Amino acid sequence: MGWIGRFWGSSIGKKAVMAVTGVILFGFLIGHMIGNLLVFGGPEKLNSYAMSIQNSAVLLWGVRGLLLVSVVLHIIAMIALTRQNRAARPVKYEHPSTVRATLYAKTMRLSGLLLLAYIIYHLLHFTLGKLHPNFIEGDAYHNMIEGFKQVPVSIGYIVAMICVGLHLRHGVWSLFQSVGLNHPRINKFREVFAALFAAILVLGNISMPVAVMAGWLK
Amino acid sequence: MKITLNVWRQKGASDVGRLATYEVPDVSPDSSFLEMLDVLNQRLIEKGEEPIAFDHDCREGICGMCGFMINGVAHGPEAATTVCQLHMRKFKDGDALTLEPWRSRAFPVLKDLVVNRSAFDRIVQAGGFISVATGNAPDGNAIPIPKRTADLAMDAAACIGCGACVASCPNGAAMLFVSAFVSKLNLLPQGQSEKKERVRRMVEQMEKEGFGSCTNYEECEAVCPKEIGTHFIARLNRDFLGSAITGPGQTSSASGGAG
Repeated sequence: MGWIGRFWGSSIGKKAVMAVTGVILFGFLIGHMIGNLLVFGGPEKLNSYAMSIQNSAVLLWGVRGLLLVSVVLHIIAMIALTRQNRAARPVKYEHPSTVRATLYAKTMRLSGLLLLAYIIYHLLHFTLGKLHPNFIEGDAYHNMIEGFKQVPVSIGYIVAMICVGLHLRHGVWSLFQSVGLNHPRINKFREVFAALFAAILVLGNISMPVAVMAGWLK
Repeated sequence: MKITLNVWRQKGASDVGRLATYEVPDVSPDSSFLEMLDVLNQRLIEKGEEPIAFDHDCREGICGMCGFMINGVAHGPEAATTVCQLHMRKFKDGDALTLEPWRSRAFPVLKDLVVNRSAFDRIVQAGGFISVATGNAPDGNAIPIPKRTADLAMDAAACIGCGACVASCPNGAAMLFVSAFVSKLNLLPQGQSEKKERVRRMVEQMEKEGFGSCTNYEECEAVCPKEIGTHFIARLNRDFLGSAITGPGQTSSASGGAG
């Protein structure tokens, strides 16, 4: 058994894979949000940003490839660990109870599953324009405004962002532990770091559909 | 005080088991939980019924034999306390309590509240030891160890191997136990020579026994009667990841030296 087999063969190795792929996805979410917030700067700002990415095939497909690999590895590791965990307790407790486990931790699989469904929808909606009522290739500003004018779609996005927040509140905090970063000094930081970035991502992303629905962005 | 108990009754490993209800109308608040069960068992014996089987030994909270779930919490509601050191004054008159054995594939139920925890012994056998030259006891101060390191190793060594961490983990993981055992040896100078080998062998044995994985719920830390912290799990992760990537390619069963 080579070192990769040893690494992947253990739950600790798979957790490290989930942590590292999680960091990649988390980093992307931050960048994605910052880019999209350019919508508040007007059509030129957002569209020139979008076009600069579209025009760089290396950047575009490099990032897409990295994200795809990360999502796939994240899910494969999750499925393997979930199966292991289910098998580890064949007889359930008649009186189940938890003392400390947080809501975020307990809903990781649910929030993750909802996020997967959301990502597929999101790609069909804003990237491919299939589920969009009035999609114009290359006009990101127009597509975002028109997309969010549909209230049920906007509400769906807001719900999805709350899932992002729940998932990252536990995930970002948890990944430090998974790769062995635990020290009183680090712990103070990672608690704040996870809560802060989960909140920033939720509020930053929600601001866009809210601004469109309220008529602030036209 | 009056206590109603719903106790898991299971005749043996092959029996399916079920909850049975018992009323104890005259519990002394000064009795320990196990003494309360002793009283109930005595009455069951006098009625010609089978007493409730539960593990126990020192009843001082230091041996690690006792433990079962009380309303879904390992060792019951009092923090940092084994069930033998839990007293009935912690409950209210009229409480209904459900008692169940540790639930884990790796801990098969032997009878009622008694489970087989040999899986822990096999994990320890896989690497929970240090190799020393036998002979006279070495000078206690021959190897300098920083106080903080000694304290940390001592915190890990406080583990009594009761299994509450596994029982309370929603994933049935044994990470807290294994991390405490690996850490107490890997922290100290005497444990260095086998450090990478140890962590890998113990983790591999842990996986082989069918325990679950860590999702950082921290339920184990919350119920641990010895207050072992999950920071030891981070240490285990660190040691294991380092060992898996850079550690020796084969286990020590490979040939070496004169033979």
